[in-house]
Amino acid sequence: MHIYANPLKFLSIARPLTPWLALGGLLLAILGGYAGLVLTPPDYLQGETVRILYVHVPAAWLGMGGWLALAIAGIVQLVWRHPLAGIAARAIALPGMVFCALCLVTGSIWGRPTWGTWWEWDGRMTSMLVLLFLYLGFIAIANAGEERGSVSKVAAIYAIVGAINLPIINRSVVWWNSLHQGPSITLRGSTIDSAILWPLWLTLGGFSLLFGAIVLMRMRAIIADVRSEARLKRLAAR
Amino acid sequence: MSGQLAYVAAAYGLTIAATLAVTGWSWWTMRVAERRADDVRRK
Repeated sequence: MHIYANPLKFLSIARPLTPWLALGGLLLAILGGYAGLVLTPPDYLQGETVRILYVHVPAAWLGMGGWLALAIAGIVQLVWRHPLAGIAARAIALPGMVFCALCLVTGSIWGRPTWGTWWEWDGRMTSMLVLLFLYLGFIAIANAGEERGSVSKVAAIYAIVGAINLPIINRSVVWWNSLHQGPSITLRGSTIDSAILWPLWLTLGGFSLLFGAIVLMRMRAIIADVRSEARLKRLAAR
Repeated sequence: MSGQLAYVAAAYGLTIAATLAVTGWSWWTMRVAERRADDVRRK
């Protein structure tokens, strides 16, 4: 892992990888979105609104996955002092927050015609809202620190402690009575019919690749800013 | 049916707009930062 601690080594991989992730992600997301809108049948109970699944589930996956990545970056920063871990955490926070917000909004849009309400203070929705506030808190703490490019130890610890919310979100529909349906996709299989399920894998893959491209772009921007500042300081000191 | 499709359109529209916005913003800030870094390096 420390091979990639050198930003130059990281950039030699990130530069060619970024367009591939972005274009591949865009292609898969468009294909999955088109299939979800046009090629799949409406659900026998939910009707057309089931199509919201194809954007809601990837948003939920990336909102939660983004925080898991933040927590891992926090551990890597604190334990191994990897110089890119703080940069990665700073880069992940914004897209993670955006997809978390998208999950809440698209879920609310789905809830109105399906449940008859935009919002319900049940375990799943409330814990997801807590995750959004955790993201806002992380961004505020990261920006308040004096570390250029990286994040403070406090932010790294905050990311690790905040990860306690992830199993709560995941198990909320099992632990408490909820309007939200139980887990549909588990390691043991899926309760969703294959005729409706397959485009979901395309949008999940597509949005995940796009998320990766966004994180790489943001990491490259942070590294470039840090290098510019360091160079300008050296020039000013002459 | 058409009422349901309006909700679907709203969800897709918001997702596409937000995803393109965060992707475009990230790409633009990367371009600006890397160009500035190149300019500074040449000084």
